[in-house]
Amino acid sequence: MDETFWTYFFVLGTFAVYIGIALWARANSTDDFYVAGHDVHPVINGMATAADWMSAASFLSMAGLLAFLGYGGSVYLMGWTGGYVLLALLLAPFLREFGKFTVPDFVGDRYYSSFARIVAVICALFVSFTYIAGQMKGVGVAFSGFLGVDFNVGILIGMGIVFVYATFGGMKGVTYTQVAQYVVLIFAYTVPAIFLSLIITGNPVPQLGFISNATGTDVPMIQKLNQVVTDLGFAEYTSTNKSMLDIFAITGALMFGTAGLPHVIIRFFTVSSAKNARVSAGWALVFIALLYTTAPAVGAFARLNFIDTVNDATYIADQEDYAARSAEIAAAGGKPVPTWYKEWEKTGLLGFDDKNSDGIMQYRGPNAPDGIANELTPNNDIFVLANPQIANLPGWVIGLVVAGGLAAALSTAAGLLMVISSAVSHDLCRRTLFKNMTDKTELRVARGAAAAAVIASGLLGIFSAQLGFVAQVVAFAFGLAAASLFPIIFLGIFWKRMNKEGAIASMLFGLITTFSYIYYFKFIDLDPAHWFLGVSPEGIGFVFMWISALIGIAVSLVTAPPPQDIQDLVEDIRVPGTRTPHGIADAGMAPMPAE
Amino acid sequence: MSRPLKEIDGKGYWSATVRLTITLLAIWFAVSYGAGILFRDFLDQFSIGGAPLGFWFAQNGSIYVFVALIFYYCVAMNRLERKFGVEG
Repeated sequence: MDETFWTYFFVLGTFAVYIGIALWARANSTDDFYVAGHDVHPVINGMATAADWMSAASFLSMAGLLAFLGYGGSVYLMGWTGGYVLLALLLAPFLREFGKFTVPDFVGDRYYSSFARIVAVICALFVSFTYIAGQMKGVGVAFSGFLGVDFNVGILIGMGIVFVYATFGGMKGVTYTQVAQYVVLIFAYTVPAIFLSLIITGNPVPQLGFISNATGTDVPMIQKLNQVVTDLGFAEYTSTNKSMLDIFAITGALMFGTAGLPHVIIRFFTVSSAKNARVSAGWALVFIALLYTTAPAVGAFARLNFIDTVNDATYIADQEDYAARSAEIAAAGGKPVPTWYKEWEKTGLLGFDDKNSDGIMQYRGPNAPDGIANELTPNNDIFVLANPQIANLPGWVIGLVVAGGLAAALSTAAGLLMVISSAVSHDLCRRTLFKNMTDKTELRVARGAAAAAVIASGLLGIFSAQLGFVAQVVAFAFGLAAASLFPIIFLGIFWKRMNKEGAIASMLFGLITTFSYIYYFKFIDLDPAHWFLGVSPEGIGFVFMWISALIGIAVSLVTAPPPQDIQDLVEDIRVPGTRTPHGIADAGMAPMPAE
Repeated sequence: MSRPLKEIDGKGYWSATVRLTITLLAIWFAVSYGAGILFRDFLDQFSIGGAPLGFWFAQNGSIYVFVALIFYYCVAMNRLERKFGVEG
């Protein structure tokens, strides 16, 4: 059985499972469609949240990013996990107790203002669309790279699958497919990592291999890696060229941004109580940590292994007979280019430019002691993708990794689609424009909005791939979630005095300043020397978050306190089991009961 | 859903919740921003299995502590809910 067979086998097999789940989990009410009937088991929701959260970038790119950035990559590890502590302690249980469907529901009702609701809708849509473009692009890459399908056709197939389960099943369909997708992606990620860890350190647990000695030596793996990279003229693996302030700010923006991302928050509306929201956040982080604590080990192993097998190897061109030539090189005491390299070279993820025409592949850093110029340019994504072959694993593991990458991209895309469609059908139509809409009509509009959102995001994926700016705009999603959404949700729970005027001022300030800063330094002035306090566009959301919170507090203090109904509402959501409807806060929509 | 026999002390419950939250966030800050970033250079003179300690906290250690923090929070909140008669 060859790799192509197994790739088709796993991809088609997992797609059949997703469709099967969609047909089983049909949504029959708006409650089903938006919050999966709000009775999802906390562990199941934790698993769905993990799949919802871990995107194509986490699955494919993160280990490679860590391999190249070394310590500098820690911002992603701490940022994308630490946010769950904030979510569990500061937001999730209280928002569940509040008991509605969406993030703009909370903003609009807590701040008794349609204007605040609309600003929150704009933030949610902007954050979700920037994020989903990357997922669709990931789907296209997986299809075109492995199945030989055209990039755009790949996106269309992915859209078709998500269309079925998001439109029929809504959040209910999305939840149960995400559980299946989590199982696929975590299995696909850890199996190659275990084998790689065995090869490099002799320890089957990657997290322990990370702090073990390199195989056959008494030198710790990390120290060997530091030695190897500095010998080639790279900076030490455990160092970074970013300033401490910038590392601090980026970590902060990613953490608070994670906690403020609407597609993550809404997952906690699907459990039955505040208590279950807390437990569920814990399980979500357990399932996320399984991948996130494996990734730094995979990154370090991959970097070491890459240098070991590829650096100073003798290149074998495509027209030569690989078997004969590699035996010849080995007999002469040389190192032939490994087979996995030759296989992956075709995808364009590995580049070799023989600058000194010696037929040897030299991999060097900027300060190479031997003065040789670097000739190798590996792409970040290559490490996770090529791991199965590097570790000499059977063909079916490769098929599994492809299915895992698709699962990661599709599950995140589906979660984002729920935010986009509910922002249109619920926040915009039901809660703002047509307040008398029946539940049945709203469900129909919600399905239509989900269908339209699938098409829009697919087109965005196709369109943005041609522009190639997806990587630059991801900073927007976290920065905006941190600076515009997090402060007002947090203050709305923890500070009763926070009023409509303060919330609107805070949200608008966060939205406008963060957007302008990122846009300016990503598209107009690319010189890092001009950054405010040396903080990069990725980290600026953290700085503006504090300012926008202070502005919100200041404006609230000089304007009238919120109405009594709102203050009573805040008291209720702080204490589980005491939530009752309160006049203007719940006039537009009654809260869901807790179990 | 049955009403608890004990009178609900919402105010007491909330101030205890806030105190617990501040304590746990202090630990959250210490293991990530503290050990992983601000005091990394100092901690890097120690090592865990050959990996510099500050580096390890930034890449692995802080994540383990995050998981422990959330589960401890769940247990501690259940205790507070029983103490103050909140049904949760």
